Amino acid sequence: MVTKMTFLERLRGGDLMVSDGATGTNLQDRGLERGKSGEAWVFERPEEIVRLHIDFIQAGSDIILTCTFGANCMRAGKEIAAGSVEELNRRAVKLAREAVGDLPVFVAGSMGPLGQLIKPLGTLTVEEAYAAYLQQAKALVEGGVDLLLVETQFDIAEASTAVKAAKAAGSLPVVCSFSYDRGTRTMMGTNPAKMAEAIVPLGVDALGINCGRSLEENLKALKELKTVSSLPVWFKPNAGLPQVDASGNTSYSVTPQEMGALAAEWLASGAQVAGGCCGTSPQHLAQIAKTVKGK
Amino acid sequence: MEPLLKEIYDSIINANQIVTAAKVKEALEKGFGPGMILNEAMVPGMAEVGRLFEEGEYFVPEMLISARAMQAGMTVLKPSMVAANLKAVGKVVAGTVKGDLHDIGKNLVCMMLEGAAFEIIDLGSDVAPDRFVETVKQTGANMIVMSALLTTTMPNMKATIEALKVAGLRDKVKVMVGGAPLTTKYANDIGADGYAPDASRAVALAKTLAAG
Repeated sequence: MVTKMTFLERLRGGDLMVSDGATGTNLQDRGLERGKSGEAWVFERPEEIVRLHIDFIQAGSDIILTCTFGANCMRAGKEIAAGSVEELNRRAVKLAREAVGDLPVFVAGSMGPLGQLIKPLGTLTVEEAYAAYLQQAKALVEGGVDLLLVETQFDIAEASTAVKAAKAAGSLPVVCSFSYDRGTRTMMGTNPAKMAEAIVPLGVDALGINCGRSLEENLKALKELKTVSSLPVWFKPNAGLPQVDASGNTSYSVTPQEMGALAAEWLASGAQVAGGCCGTSPQHLAQIAKTVKGK
Repeated sequence: MEPLLKEIYDSIINANQIVTAAKVKEALEKGFGPGMILNEAMVPGMAEVGRLFEEGEYFVPEMLISARAMQAGMTVLKPSMVAANLKAVGKVVAGTVKGDLHDIGKNLVCMMLEGAAFEIIDLGSDVAPDRFVETVKQTGANMIVMSALLTTTMPNMKATIEALKVAGLRDKVKVMVGGAPLTTKYANDIGADGYAPDASRAVALAKTLAAG
């Protein structure tokens, strides 16, 4: 039997890998009510979460993300009625593990922003933010993830705090990904260079770009990031911009074929892990995987 | 612009709240009317901050600290405004819709609107349609500002507009919406009066709606 390589071994070996697609958009397509977060289904419809993970794995994912983006004590208010924040995170990991089975697919523990700004711009203290992230990271580690993913970040103070908590929660690899939703800057004005300057010294294993605005702008941010850091890059852009009708049905303008074709340029520009954020269906992901694995 | 008013204007753009408060006090002592200080120095200062934000020169932190300078000036100015019987441009009920806890954008809009001399009643986040309606009833507000960051919570904007209709209040208030996943088309589809892509443009829209 061949021993499975770890995420870090594959990352450091320069292997190209495929992450997954959108969680929220796809769960909505499968009936998640408007106004409800995906985390609620970890308790209510766990079979749907597993199903989506399996769909991504079958589409070619080497890494799937737990359904825990907002599973921290600041955001997961109603979703944890059936248990604690820890329980929500552990269960979500279990669902991902169930989907993976014996396959050589890694489970990344997703940790999104807390939704509040840190002092002095906001009201949250660094200590409070650290405690919230540490609680989530520890539960994800206990649950058995292969790596921790601090994602969709926009503020250096918050992201640094999250990375420190992720590192303190265990000895797993940590990836930190920012969302540049004002072109190649985050809403706080942070560009890839400033991000790298602050985050690389914290000892992350890869830097990432996810969500953001258009595919063109995300690609520009990727190119900028490659000029300032030699760390592996995780790249998970939206499938274009969302169009929403009055009933709240969301559609994304970029087709799976278009996304797959664009992925070639992501790799050429230095992305090592590729996938998609909002709007990325398993069909989109399959096309991305085809491009990545055809290399 | 009068040099003293220019100093107030600059202090807001440069986000120096100590200077703003001191200069507003000085201007009042020198006999400048509160309406003049507000409309010729402070509001234009915030408008310039908004323009710099739209152009990508300023980001959220710069906008937040400028809004604080504006607030520091308002604190000094308010007693004189009351004495001079100066009314707010409009009374706004603001909130992030039900199911949505994101309030960073909404807070920015509130600060910018306050900077443009609107009176704000901020209901915070996760605000149910009924609460918007009740607050309008109780306060006589003439505008509602709703925010949503999630495609999953956006339909609650429509639900709020429907609730206003049921309560017979739709004609009494202007409804503005905003948030990352929104578009002008969506605002039109749900029957809102307008959509703004960011806090700065929300002010421009609110002024237009208040005038109409």
